[in-house]
Amino acid sequence: MTRVLVDNVSVEFARHREAPQIALTNTNLEIEQGEFVCLLGPSGCGKSTLLNVVGGLVEASTGLIKVDGRSVSQPGPDRGMVFQNYSLYPWHTVRQNIEFGPKLNRWPKVKVSEIANELIEIVGLKEYADQFPKVLSGGMKQRVAIARALAMEPSVLLMDEPFGALDAQTRSRMQELLLDIWSRKRTTVIFVTHDIEEAVYLADRVLVMSARPGRIIEDFRIELPRPRVADVVASEEFTRYRKHMLHLLRH
Amino acid sequence: MNSELKTAGVSQRRPRFLIKVQTYLRPRANLPASERMTISVVGVLGFFLLWLLVTEAGWIQPFFLPSPIAVASRLANMVVSGGYLEDVWASSYRVFGGFFVAAVVAVPIGILIGNFPFFRSLLEPLLSTARYLPATAFVPLMIIWLGINESQKISIVFMGTFFPLALFIASISEGVSSDLMNSAYSLGASSRQVFFKVLLPACVPAIVDALRITAGIAWTYVIVAELVGADKGMGIAILQSQRFLLTDQVIAGIVAVGILGVLTDLAFRYAHRKFFPYMY
Repeated sequence: MTRVLVDNVSVEFARHREAPQIALTNTNLEIEQGEFVCLLGPSGCGKSTLLNVVGGLVEASTGLIKVDGRSVSQPGPDRGMVFQNYSLYPWHTVRQNIEFGPKLNRWPKVKVSEIANELIEIVGLKEYADQFPKVLSGGMKQRVAIARALAMEPSVLLMDEPFGALDAQTRSRMQELLLDIWSRKRTTVIFVTHDIEEAVYLADRVLVMSARPGRIIEDFRIELPRPRVADVVASEEFTRYRKHMLHLLRH
Repeated sequence: MNSELKTAGVSQRRPRFLIKVQTYLRPRANLPASERMTISVVGVLGFFLLWLLVTEAGWIQPFFLPSPIAVASRLANMVVSGGYLEDVWASSYRVFGGFFVAAVVAVPIGILIGNFPFFRSLLEPLLSTARYLPATAFVPLMIIWLGINESQKISIVFMGTFFPLALFIASISEGVSSDLMNSAYSLGASSRQVFFKVLLPACVPAIVDALRITAGIAWTYVIVAELVGADKGMGIAILQSQRFLLTDQVIAGIVAVGILGVLTDLAFRYAHRKFFPYMY
């Protein structure tokens, strides 16, 4: 079943006294239910723009976005978003941050706390549930942000370089955690990154993008077995994918 | 470790105090908290000692500059027997009144300008021009409009604080991260919910800080407002002391305003810690 459909979408940004900048040109994309898709490319290739169009934060100049068959143009709870800078509400505790969406949408109290409990457990922040974000490390903050986005039970989770600001060890632990959550929840994920290894390690599909104009130049299906363990990065197949993508990104 | 590295480049044969001077002149040098505290105390004590020295030694006549001891005892005297607290109350009332009204109007207007392009286009040209109009120049106009009374004095405090406050708050609320609001939109929040549940709580701590900084301006303008036609108040008390050439009383009045300003500042800092514990 198609979860996300991107149909002939272009995004142009108007510029002062210059021709408009084409951030994304005539892009088509179909993402299946439960797929983990990475958008990979250098800065300026339109990967974040594509993610933000799906998220409804950027308006498409042409074309159409459909999520679960419904056309979307505004942000909504069917598309959970996770940003690189965490964007937690500093005046709310971990639990309150996670409950923010469901409470806003007036879900029944019992359901709200059930969901919060489950997510706090999944992201491993039980001891920190009543702490303010200020005391959390970067990795913990991002776990809260992921839990907060998942609380609305979105059809698709949109992640914009979520681990870009983390150190290497935290980053690889977060990748494992994300795969664990993904396999449990069976959410559809679109994940933006400029890190080839991260993309190959996480994804079912890696869409390699290129700049000027921003577009998808290759659609890789990653056939590495799941569940993926950290060792997989040393495998021959992994190296083959990586070399191929490196080559694409260099030329 | 950082400070070790920094002093490592300095020749060891130099006298200690030269090394110290070099550290003090290094931009963003690391100074331990205790040392910073000592320097502050030395600075304050030094000021009063210098004041004491030049006055007690008779280098400056008491008529021009009375000694700090004379000023302190005069201030105590004013409070105990001179009914000075009535002046203090009159001025505090005007500061609080004018500043309160300014804050009540400036906070919503500032937030509207900072986050709604419609209101920005509508209000910003007027406000940023009005900011350059000297509030003191409005004293005569306010007398014509309102007469010589409390509302005239309160409105001068209002004029002096409202414009800087509104623009200050506009820039604070504009600075709230878009991602913070976008995450709320993507959780299904309406414009109204984003405004009240994200934008407001996100900028309130910085707004309280802006109020603290602007409160100082309010104390400046209340004195100006009182210099014309007030029967009570700290400003008029200073003016009257000058008429009778009571220099110690003039300085005591100035010091009293300073003390009240510092107390206002401390109250705001205390409230900030109390209401926004998640920031500390």
